[in-house]
Amino acid sequence: MSEPILRVENLVKYFPVRAGVLFKRTIGQVKAVDGVSFDLMPGETLGVVGESGCGKSTLAQVLMRLEEPTGGLATFEGRDIFALRGAELRRLRREIQIVLQDPYTSLNPRMTVGDIIGEPFEIHTEVAPKGSRAAKVRELLDVVGLNPEHINRYPHQFSGGQRQRIGIARALALRPKVIICDEPVSALDVSIQAQVMNLLGELQKEFGLSYVFIAHDLSVVRHLSTRVAVMYLGKIVEMGTEEEIYEHPSHPYTQALLSAVPVADPALRGQRQVIRLEGDVPSPLDPPSGCRFRTRCWKAQDLCADQEPELITRSGGHLSACHFAEEKTVVP
Amino acid sequence: MTDPNVAGGVSAVDVVGAGVADDSAVAHKPRSLGGDAWRMLRKRPSFVISAAIIVLVVLIAIAPDLFSSRPAGFSDLLHANEGPSADAWFGYDNQGYDVYARTIHGARASLLVGVFATVLTILIGSVVGIVAGYYGRLVDSLFSRVGDIFAALPFVLGAIVILTTFNAPGSNPGVVTIIVQVVVSIAALSWPVAMRIMRSATLVAKQLDYVKAARGLGASTPRIVFRHLLPNTVAPVLVYGTIALGAFIGAEATLAYLGVGVRPPVVSWGVMISDARDYFRVNPHMLLFPAGFVTITVLAFVMLGDGIRDALDPKAR
Amino acid sequence: MTDELLLEVEDLHVEFRTSDGVATVLNGVDYSVHAGETLAVLGESGSGKSVTAQTVMGILDSPPAVVTGGAVRYRGEDLLTATEERRREVRGGEIAMIFQDALSALNPVFTVGFQIEEQLRVRLGMSKKDARKRAIELLDTVRIPAAARRVREYPHQFSGGMRQRAMIAMSLALDPDLLIADEPTTALDVTVQAQIMDLLAEIQAERRMGLILITHDLAVVAEVADRIAVMYAGRIVEQAGVAELFRSPGHPYTEALMASLPRLDLKGQTLETIKGLPPSLLNVPPGCPFHPRCPRAESRCETERPALHDLGFGRVSACHFADEVVSGRV
Repeated sequence: MSEPILRVENLVKYFPVRAGVLFKRTIGQVKAVDGVSFDLMPGETLGVVGESGCGKSTLAQVLMRLEEPTGGLATFEGRDIFALRGAELRRLRREIQIVLQDPYTSLNPRMTVGDIIGEPFEIHTEVAPKGSRAAKVRELLDVVGLNPEHINRYPHQFSGGQRQRIGIARALALRPKVIICDEPVSALDVSIQAQVMNLLGELQKEFGLSYVFIAHDLSVVRHLSTRVAVMYLGKIVEMGTEEEIYEHPSHPYTQALLSAVPVADPALRGQRQVIRLEGDVPSPLDPPSGCRFRTRCWKAQDLCADQEPELITRSGGHLSACHFAEEKTVVP
Repeated sequence: MTDPNVAGGVSAVDVVGAGVADDSAVAHKPRSLGGDAWRMLRKRPSFVISAAIIVLVVLIAIAPDLFSSRPAGFSDLLHANEGPSADAWFGYDNQGYDVYARTIHGARASLLVGVFATVLTILIGSVVGIVAGYYGRLVDSLFSRVGDIFAALPFVLGAIVILTTFNAPGSNPGVVTIIVQVVVSIAALSWPVAMRIMRSATLVAKQLDYVKAARGLGASTPRIVFRHLLPNTVAPVLVYGTIALGAFIGAEATLAYLGVGVRPPVVSWGVMISDARDYFRVNPHMLLFPAGFVTITVLAFVMLGDGIRDALDPKAR
Repeated sequence: MTDELLLEVEDLHVEFRTSDGVATVLNGVDYSVHAGETLAVLGESGSGKSVTAQTVMGILDSPPAVVTGGAVRYRGEDLLTATEERRREVRGGEIAMIFQDALSALNPVFTVGFQIEEQLRVRLGMSKKDARKRAIELLDTVRIPAAARRVREYPHQFSGGMRQRAMIAMSLALDPDLLIADEPTTALDVTVQAQIMDLLAEIQAERRMGLILITHDLAVVAEVADRIAVMYAGRIVEQAGVAELFRSPGHPYTEALMASLPRLDLKGQTLETIKGLPPSLLNVPPGCPFHPRCPRAESRCETERPALHDLGFGRVSACHFADEVVSGRV
């Protein structure tokens, strides 16, 4: 069929922990992302879910080259993202953009909305000649559902949902092919979340965008994603189509996660699979040997401590990293 | 949920309902943070009063002849040690100088030292602070340690050492020379404070999402520093600057008092206070008036700094 | 219902005096909680759900907040007219509260044990030894492993979920009859959230405590609540039992909220959105606060404030067209 637009192979990002007065020594590594691989096909949305500390935000930063990877490969349309420098890297920015989580810190409070959305054109002067920029900015405001007359206003004059739209307009300005959405609706009120999610869906259809959609809210992810990857402590533990993951997950963590998400239907009380995990997520400074999930897993055996399970096709026909993967319907 | 500054409580912004409706067609004059700040400041009495005092003092420094018909050197020994009178509002000192005239003329030197020392301190401190904050790691460690060393030097002692090194006791440096030396010594001993303020503001701003977004767009380092970091880190440094200005005027007075700063025939408030120290009991007005001017000017700058800091704080909206 | 009536909030009005004007934060709020019952107060930011709870506890920042009307009756006693001493007695001893962010609700410079024991020693006059024993018991109740060791640790040494449990333990120290939980799990991961909600349910059942759960999360409400009070712009717009509310919402706001929610168990629904924004509380217009955003609004909604219509079975809704909304008629 078609080639993946974005391909990630064994991506690794460790953060060194340093100590010292003048010359700092490294005394440990936070293994934020520890071998992540996936493909993103054109026009699709890959949802990445996981709880805090799983590495999904770090993944976003590394893909955007906001942090440098410790290892691994990522290619965009066949080109090695991490090998690019200078002008070539700048040109890549026109193809891959990011929408960030916090509407209150993602916009420079001292710039007008017009300046914020227009900045991509100032940096990449070849995209739009000077005279046409204002018109393009107004067009973008319109596309995201804001009033183009507000071009000279400042961020603090807008609500959270509107600011998020401004962030989306900024990401869209250069007509990228891939947009990485890092928790774009988590900081918004429920009734506003729907507006922004609908907007993202419409924009995807209209501009043929591919999304890497990172979130911790499983209901939100399900709504927009074609395929879903579940992360735990820096690794993908399960990946498949949205239907496979939500309707017959095979990895115990995914099952526990889905069982923990509340569903807005009181008639289902007492009818759902209740799987409760004990304890806390281990520290990424010192992840458990073998399978990282084994310290909280009810299926754990000696094999799990000795051998790390590979992410291969198992029960249910999709990728899962558990020696004892067994598909089960958790969500009614 | 919406405002990250709220922890378990309700902020005024949540309550009041922030935001402009999408379909409002009202032609609104853009309200920048600066504009909002000015509007807030205009209403505060402490700001208005302190600003008025500062404007007055600056005027006195620029055009002393507008305020005093007598030159600084005017002296009439016949009236030595006389108290305030219609002829000499602040009286005469032990050498027959008109205290009022000297106070008026002394404003210039005091203010010059204050202003230039502040500008230099902020300049050095900001540049070092931004570089240290932005690049981090070794560069940051290095600059921070250097700053720590300078900060550890006690001010008065350090200033005395610097100034006496430049001017061996008994020598008589020119006016400009001595003012430059005083300015440089004050700045050399005070820049670490400005550096730390700028550095921590930079460290915070560097992590903010809009800086990440700018980097994600491919912005160059100069653009990030000047467009995104500086405008948002300069506020606390400026506030420090206004307070420091007041403190530096006081420092000048201290150095003059100790005999290492500005010295006669140049007159500054510090020089006047220095001259008055032996005659306080006999001639209190000789000390009180210049000291009073120093105090009021320093206070005005401090109040101004407070007001600006409160007005520029985006959390207070 | 033979369960004892614990708390009755009656026609509560609260204003905030700000530099921009007076904001009417609570514009007539009524609800009640019985022993053993979970009342969920559902609303988005600005709805007034937290302010109501803070008024009940007496911890409103006053100024700028001012209670301008209504009553808060605990077992029949109006707390708003009680002395500050009496309110302090009630606080913690009869009504306790837990917050969203345990890290800022717990004092970082004291150990968790100290913060629990302090209450026991000061309010119940326990000795140091007894207080320590009881504190360890409480930490056990909330399933904190190695309680005897952890009682000597500081809040920052606990993980997010553990901190929340510690806060729950603290709130139970004086055996309150009513617990108010203000967004207790919003800041937690979903697996931890499930643990905490289970814990709360367990504790509540054991002690026959009343629980007021303040949240914006409809799904959480569906899972644990007995009754729900939906708030919007400082008013209760609907109150109903949980099953009835989800089966047929009785207010356009509730309807719209449910339609805008992405569901874990459904896929491919188009999400309905609620156009516009919540009203500014500085200038409360007459009539229904939701009418600018309401698909059913008619001219009378602009001028006439809807009273709470009785829909039977203890359900009320503040909408002129409540009957139609409930029966699904357009």
